[in-house]
Amino acid sequence: MHSLPDHYGTLMALWTGVPALILLMTWHLLEAPVIDYLLIAQLPAEIQAADSAQIQLAISKVYNLASSSGLTADPSLMPAVEHLAALNERTAILNSGIALSLCLVCFVITYRRIQPKLRARTEMESIVNLLLLSSSGIAVLTTVGILASVLFEAWMFFQQISPIDFLFGTTWSPQVALRADQSGSSGSFGAVPLFAGTLLISLIAMVIAVPIGLMAAIYLSEYASSSVRKYAKPALEVLAGIPTVVYGFFAALTVAPFIRMLGTDLGLEVSSESALAAGLVMGVMIIPFVSSLSDDVINAVPQSMRDGSYGLGATKNETIRQVIIPAALPGIVGAVMLAVSRAIGETMIVAMAAGLAANLTANPLDSVTTVTVQIVTLLVGDQEFDSPKTLAAFALGLVLFLVTLILNFVALKIVQKYREQYD
Amino acid sequence: MTDSKTTNSNTLTESKNMKPTQLTTRQKVELSLSRRRAAETRFRMYGMASVFFGMLCLVVLFTDIASKGTAAFKQTSLKTEIFLDSSYLGLTKDSKVDEVRFANFEGLIKRQFAKNFKPSGRKETRELFKLISPGASWQIQEALLANPEVLDTTISIELLMDDDVDQWFKHDRDLSTDETNDRLSTKQLSWLNNWVEEGRLDTHFNTLFFTNGDSREPELAGIHGAIKGTLLTLMVTLLLSFPIGVAAAIYLEEFAPRNRMTEIVEININNLAAVPSIIFGLLGMAIFINVFGVSRSTPLLGGLVLTLMTLPTIIISARAAIKSVPPSIREAAYGLGASKNQVVFHHVLPLAMPGMLTGTILGMAQALGETAPLLMIGMVAFVVDVPGFINDPSTVLPVQIFLWSDSPERAFMERTSGAILVLLSFLVLMNTTAVILRRRLERRW
Repeated sequence: MHSLPDHYGTLMALWTGVPALILLMTWHLLEAPVIDYLLIAQLPAEIQAADSAQIQLAISKVYNLASSSGLTADPSLMPAVEHLAALNERTAILNSGIALSLCLVCFVITYRRIQPKLRARTEMESIVNLLLLSSSGIAVLTTVGILASVLFEAWMFFQQISPIDFLFGTTWSPQVALRADQSGSSGSFGAVPLFAGTLLISLIAMVIAVPIGLMAAIYLSEYASSSVRKYAKPALEVLAGIPTVVYGFFAALTVAPFIRMLGTDLGLEVSSESALAAGLVMGVMIIPFVSSLSDDVINAVPQSMRDGSYGLGATKNETIRQVIIPAALPGIVGAVMLAVSRAIGETMIVAMAAGLAANLTANPLDSVTTVTVQIVTLLVGDQEFDSPKTLAAFALGLVLFLVTLILNFVALKIVQKYREQYD
Repeated sequence: MTDSKTTNSNTLTESKNMKPTQLTTRQKVELSLSRRRAAETRFRMYGMASVFFGMLCLVVLFTDIASKGTAAFKQTSLKTEIFLDSSYLGLTKDSKVDEVRFANFEGLIKRQFAKNFKPSGRKETRELFKLISPGASWQIQEALLANPEVLDTTISIELLMDDDVDQWFKHDRDLSTDETNDRLSTKQLSWLNNWVEEGRLDTHFNTLFFTNGDSREPELAGIHGAIKGTLLTLMVTLLLSFPIGVAAAIYLEEFAPRNRMTEIVEININNLAAVPSIIFGLLGMAIFINVFGVSRSTPLLGGLVLTLMTLPTIIISARAAIKSVPPSIREAAYGLGASKNQVVFHHVLPLAMPGMLTGTILGMAQALGETAPLLMIGMVAFVVDVPGFINDPSTVLPVQIFLWSDSPERAFMERTSGAILVLLSFLVLMNTTAVILRRRLERRW
């Protein structure tokens, strides 16, 4: 016989379970849009004639009415509500019925195929391989999903606001007037203050993280005894494991008041949500990131280069500065780029410690806002999906995604190239 | 070299009087030695200072949060005697649970307090009642439900106090006046001081903090709902990301043909690991909520988003674990006639499992601390009820911390720090498990 008994068994199990499971999943994914579509047909004619926002509103009303009885209903919506209840009941029965019968049909077909001459192992293995392949496809689908969602919403945004105004405008005030005749906030989407704020805070973070992280990495890999290294390295890495919301709390309630107090003593005017506080704490968060990446690249420098330098009479520090650092430079640059991308994308620290006011300033004691903070403030809470205010968050997300993607891509390439050089 | 040998007899003192141009190489080296040694020491000090700074930050962060947070585990209460007047409450010993739930315990407490402490005028009465937490009536109700026999007797009970009283008792009791926060009036302080002298105010372990959901009243707010939400969210994440991650890693490491397509998938996974987490929130919002209609604020949705976020981490560590299994194992299995799948599933996978589990725990720890993408998908809602299952609206611990940190009350700041301590202890637990697992199970080949 070609296959073992358990191969036949597994094959049966796979054929019975997998198609039904796939069916159930696609059903669940498609259920909501299909039901919506069927409901629209039941709405009164005047609502159907209206624009999509009105239809959406009516649909959500119908859902609310169906889920909680006792609300006073608009009688014109009642047919739709009843239709929804009937639909829900019917889909539940249909759903489980079809899935079960599919199970049964597959079971019978496979059972009849079980013969000594069936190459069950080969067939089972190819199904398993297909499942493995589709799992690794999910990572690709994620990227496609990110791109699709961000691009689509951003494109809708750029229909209303020109990309030039968005990328080069210097006023950011996303509050759109509710009525046309309302005065004041007209909604302007010039993102330059956000970019400047993000860069300012990231710069402060880098000023802290790069020298300290690099020096710590050099000390731990070149100077420290193995016992010191054994405890100091994990201890530093604990800093990277602390949730960012904890850093945010620390920045907002301990560091920011401290800096403000210090500034007032020195006669400086410090905003209570200064860029400095957020930047400092973010820098501390990024130290282990820089240090562990630089540690890797420094360790990758071959021992023969060090020995050569020592042989010429150089001290340890001269060897490090004139041989190891230049040799490891591409890798270190890569590490710093990854750290920058991390700083740009960091959300919680800035959301809690940096402000909301979009000031275009280079003064670290002033309050600035960042791209991520604005995405959070624009999207947290209820929002309608066609207002430029909500869509602006996706446009910002697109910029953030592209910038970090380019930084990561280039940095990973550099690090990889550099590793190959000495392997 | 011969040059330095000939000048061997020259001493340093002599060479100092010579012009620099006449210096020999050896003299130059000797002259520069002290400077170079100083530079060496300096450089070493910079390194030590950097490591020390990192440690210092860690220590400062922990002590700051611990010093703010430990008080959250204690709660102030007042020992009181209360007569459970059946005629006032309108209850009998045979009353049903529903009737007890609707009885006016708040009025009972107010009546008793007004009788005992005799406030003069409406302002003072109001101030007196403000000292007691709204949770106090709930305590009496529970006591009565636990034992209906106590009706019409006087019971002694530790009544929950308001958060202002709690803060005063825990921090400012020794100050003669209420300087730090002027939330308490002089009359209120005189009552409180009396109670302290009588030894009736006391702190107890704050069980409510661990058994309650969120609340607008700091003394009633707890993290039970957030912890349950976190566990449910992490459960969804683990159930999805572990099998998918391991399957993807097996495919990429063992089965994938070495071609352009595979390379793209690999680059893609590495880049995805470095995408800011907030982007995954945007994805969850646009795809899961708007296209697939998953309901907002649920652990299911949170788990889906966190799965996509942790998948790259898990895939990368699982691949490293598979790579570390030596080829000799595979060859031995092939030699015995195993098929490719049998080699992978019977031999490579079990041997790589400890490494995969370690990576998964670390991925889960990352998911546990994640906040930003969950803000986007509506997990910031004020949820009082403890979620029962993955489709109930809920919040998670980091988001609860974010929400509380916004509240102006001092008591909420304390609770925020307390919740952070709980979150950090979960993280320590997970990371220690990962380290132990690695030490115990990971083999060196």
